[in-house]
Amino acid sequence: MAVDTGNNTLIGKPQSRIDGPVKVSGQARYTSDYSFSGMLYAVPVGATIARGKLLSLDTKAAEAMPGVRAVFHGGNIGKLYRASFLMADLVLLDEKRPPLADNDINYFGQYIAVAVAETFEQATAAADAVEARYAAERPVMNFDLLRGTELKQSDHRGDAVKALAGSPVKVDEVYSTPVQTHNAIELHATVAVWEGGNCTLYDTVQGVGNHQLVMTQRLGIEREQMRVITRYLGSGFGGKISAWGHCCLAAAAARNLDRPVKLVLSRRQAFESAGHRPATQQRVQLGASAEVKLVSLQHDYVNTTAMVEDFTEYCAEASPFLYSTANMSSSSALARRTIGAATSMRGPGAVPGSFALESAMDELAYQLRVDPVALRHRNEPALDESMGIPFSSRHLTEALNAGAERFGWSQRTPEVGSMKRDGLTLGWGVAVAAWGAGRFASSATVDLRADGTARVSCGTQDIGTGTYTVLAQLVGERLGIAMDRVEVAIGDSNLPAGPLSGGSLVTSSLVPAISRALDEASQRLVTAASLLPDSRWSKARPEDLEVVKGRLGLKANPSGPALSFSEVLQQTGVRSLTGTGLSDGTILEKPKLSKHCFSAQFAEVTWQPEIARLRVSRVVTVIDSGRIINPKAGRNQIVGAVVMGVGMALFEGTEYDPRKGVALNSNLADYVMTTHADTPDIDVIFLDCPDFEVNELGAKGIGEIGMAGVAGAIANAAYHATGIRVRELPIRIEALLKRNQTGRELKKEPWQTHPTTKTKPQPHRANDSPDAPS
Amino acid sequence: MRAFTFKQVARQEEALLLSDAHAGASPGEVRFIAGGTTLVDLMKLNVERPSVVIDINRLPLDKIETTPDGGVRIGALVRNGDCAHHPLLQSRYPALSQALLSGASAQLRNMATTGGNLLQRTRCTYFRDTVWTCNKRVPGSGCSAIGGANRMLAILGASEHCIATNPSDMNVALTALEATVHLQGKEGERSVAIDEFFHRPGTTPHIENVLRPGELITAVSLPAPAPGSRSLYLKLRDRATYEFALASAAVVLTAASGRITHVRLALGGVGTVPWRAHEAEAALLGKGPSPEIFRRAAEAVLQHARPQSENGFKVELARRCITHALTTAVAGGGEQYGS
Ligand SMILES: Cc1cc2nc3c(=O)[nH]c(=O)nc-3n(C[C@H](O)[C@H](O)[C@H](O)COP(=O)(O)OP(=O)(O)OC[C@H]3O[C@@H](n4cnc5c(N)ncnc54)[C@H](O)[C@@H]3O)c2cc1C
Ligand code: SF4
Repeated sequence: MAVDTGNNTLIGKPQSRIDGPVKVSGQARYTSDYSFSGMLYAVPVGATIARGKLLSLDTKAAEAMPGVRAVFHGGNIGKLYRASFLMADLVLLDEKRPPLADNDINYFGQYIAVAVAETFEQATAAADAVEARYAAERPVMNFDLLRGTELKQSDHRGDAVKALAGSPVKVDEVYSTPVQTHNAIELHATVAVWEGGNCTLYDTVQGVGNHQLVMTQRLGIEREQMRVITRYLGSGFGGKISAWGHCCLAAAAARNLDRPVKLVLSRRQAFESAGHRPATQQRVQLGASAEVKLVSLQHDYVNTTAMVEDFTEYCAEASPFLYSTANMSSSSALARRTIGAATSMRGPGAVPGSFALESAMDELAYQLRVDPVALRHRNEPALDESMGIPFSSRHLTEALNAGAERFGWSQRTPEVGSMKRDGLTLGWGVAVAAWGAGRFASSATVDLRADGTARVSCGTQDIGTGTYTVLAQLVGERLGIAMDRVEVAIGDSNLPAGPLSGGSLVTSSLVPAISRALDEASQRLVTAASLLPDSRWSKARPEDLEVVKGRLGLKANPSGPALSFSEVLQQTGVRSLTGTGLSDGTILEKPKLSKHCFSAQFAEVTWQPEIARLRVSRVVTVIDSGRIINPKAGRNQIVGAVVMGVGMALFEGTEYDPRKGVALNSNLADYVMTTHADTPDIDVIFLDCPDFEVNELGAKGIGEIGMAGVAGAIANAAYHATGIRVRELPIRIEALLKRNQTGRELKKEPWQTHPTTKTKPQPHRANDSPDAPS
Repeated sequence: MRAFTFKQVARQEEALLLSDAHAGASPGEVRFIAGGTTLVDLMKLNVERPSVVIDINRLPLDKIETTPDGGVRIGALVRNGDCAHHPLLQSRYPALSQALLSGASAQLRNMATTGGNLLQRTRCTYFRDTVWTCNKRVPGSGCSAIGGANRMLAILGASEHCIATNPSDMNVALTALEATVHLQGKEGERSVAIDEFFHRPGTTPHIENVLRPGELITAVSLPAPAPGSRSLYLKLRDRATYEFALASAAVVLTAASGRITHVRLALGGVGTVPWRAHEAEAALLGKGPSPEIFRRAAEAVLQHARPQSENGFKVELARRCITHALTTAVAGGGEQYGS
């Protein structure tokens, strides 16, 4: 039965979150809110060197401290296994080495032990008291990633090098983005409870099913022995997809001590050992004809990765199909550095990639003296030129037009510093981006109940994006009942396997699974009709009956008599009736159509050269991502993404001291993120063009595409305002001080006229000699 | 965090007796706790390791009173938020109110106190993380910031032993307003001009001010505002709020018949102590306000700048900060802070 897409009452309408009331009243239980009698607290101990060997650990003093129940380390924690990693299983795990696996230290903060005590304070004190001896080596920390790195080609068509050489107009620049840390406000936490051989993990994860698979393997138990529960998540942004080392430490400690164990990472530990977006350095080379056509596009990049883990930030993912050009190539490599494992962070690849490519496009527009929007229009492809297949849908031209119109782009004067308002210099910039669309395999169950309510259950989770609400909408719409009549059960790996909350794929994955579950439930309702007392129904042939909006009626007489599902169930004495739906994933299939979502971002900055102050004042963001099921939650996603994009452009970056490989700003005061006062006026436009190739409602994802392009648009606006092209994010005051207040480039940086203090770095006495205790 | 004894006191004498009894051999063994926003933070980081913590929040030091000479006396326990929003201070000492509101967040300001703010410690990363050597934390161990991440640190008043900035906004305004700090020790009361309260690091960066072990700050007083003067605070930083200054300026200025007849200028974010710019003041006094004069004033103080590997930009930033603050003061403007 096809989904009725017209005449909707719930879908496509702005809906408040059904979990809003429990959240704002503090009743929603997040992971660290779970406590059990007899529960112990675990605090991990991190290495204080970034590279070398752990020679010995002295845990005696820590073990003797009040309340301490154990200090576990590699020698006594028991076996923790390496999880098998098969892309075919879609198991996501970015730090494959189990914690405490050996004595090799490859990043600062890598776990070397875990202290377990009756209280959090006792465990913290014990963790501090663990003494380690190391043989330290020099950390590998430079971020000049392209230099000396051999790249491997991944995409190419035509001859990009030759075409570039023959182009009258060229751009060849290097763009860099720093390590960024997710900083979800909810800290990573695990509460592990064992009963017999069975383990329940209350955990902060973006995929209860993925976590169950990984943790089962890590702990060496069977799948049915492991249950993972994440009822609410205080955001993830990709940082809570992987099962990080601390989850294993908590689970193993609880098993060893036969008591529940709670482990909550500190903010600092989250910076060190629970993932980040890797640093990237990207070289973009563009060649264009005088007719404003791209003739060559090369996008080569290197991203950092941990010494023993592989993580690619696919910066050039969109480059092969974003623009039309006969000659294109891209290559990449990993740069191993002594920092923790990198992982996905909102819009992995697309976000840093778009910054580089779209900055280069802006540079090209200036060289060609053509409007940046017009440049993009001129190079709009008719099909996905990388695979030679059509797009399932692509409305980037409309997105650019809609954004330009709302933004007032036609008023833009391209000369640097030429636009003013209220004594401020304005800069206007634009950028576009793309993100993949598709589905994860998913299943779901819907129960129709005699009391007229329904229950939908699925082993997915709501990471703050509105999944609870979307499920209530999907089921309520089809059954013709209000959303508060739909009970939504998610966040539990015991439920039918559901999608991971990653890649912006949850909603599009759920649509077909729910739809099929409802088809099956409807079919059963038709079958149940034979038991109804009224012979009109019991005598009817099943093929003559249908269920529309939860009501059983005769196909031949759509406006005739009908029974609601609750009437059918009541009259047949059935309490509830179940339908299960399965849908397959698209991730591994060979595409016949190129499926993506797109965004066009327009940004305005204000610039006050007299105090070197650059602020983002306005963003118009246009999202081409199919049909939007819940515009209210959708807008919330996009606004949040823009806020994060502002942070990426102007503030965010994890800084390391190369001498020790330590993250220096690993707290919320020093890791500068966008505050409310920095948040611009944000105007979100959804094009709302359904893409039925992705699913029957035409819905794609929106979580990542909202962030991609924002930093590029802001960097381009900053150039328009200041005349300074900053190719290294974040755009900080020091870069903007390169011109004097009238906009003239300063020959010599002003401070170079001042003598620098003649001081050499002092030797580090306490911890520097390789095997000194630390 | 090291285990500690927690004592609450209701009377000043009690506080002094206790602190004196425990002051003991090593400095930092005993600490007063006011708002706790610096102290508890640093205790959790194992940077502050007192064995005794004396809670002074019940002492009657939370009043703002006018003084017979037309000035004002602000108790050591007045919360930063209350101080910033006090109508008298807002109207007569706007630089102080603005400086307070430009700092930290509303939540922190509601806890933080006058005394605690005066004594807040540097935000130098290496000071706050015990894996690093730091002369301020462990005298003689070495300064990790020199040649390290020193973007936030000082260009004025540094030594080869320490380049940490005094991070307080309030202190900058108090310096321009020529505040006096009132102290009470076992030997009795004394008062110290703010300009003499803080020590530059020199060879002893762990000694930050004139406070003797066990001594209590009781109040800060401000003289009556100079007749016809205006004051303001300008803070420059990466984001719009909730961040320490990269450069800031507090200005108190009177202009009459086209001349600057009175001026006080103090800088924040650039000095190892709240930086009173005497030479700039001298360059301004008696002159007609003009961009050229303001630039010369900035030059007068910044000629002494000694930037580090990462903070050379602060020279230009401070130059713009000073000239803009002076320009705005003359024009009678000012920024809104408070988010
Ligand atoms: C995240 C964050 C951001 C911040 N941002 C800013 C900012 O932008 N600008 C800014 O200026 N500040 C900022 N601050 C610092 C804040 O202003 C100080 O932490 C606060 O003013 C300290 O006051 P308190 O009462 O909490 O001090 P406490 O922590 O209680 O005490 C600090 C020190 O002073 C001593 N002490 C306190 N009162 C007395 C007394 N009466 N006599 C003797 N000794 C005393 C204590 O023993 C302790 O050593 C920030 C702080 C944080 C945590
Ligand atoms: S600058 Fe001062 S506080 Fe910072 S590391 Fe050096 S000595 Fe310590």
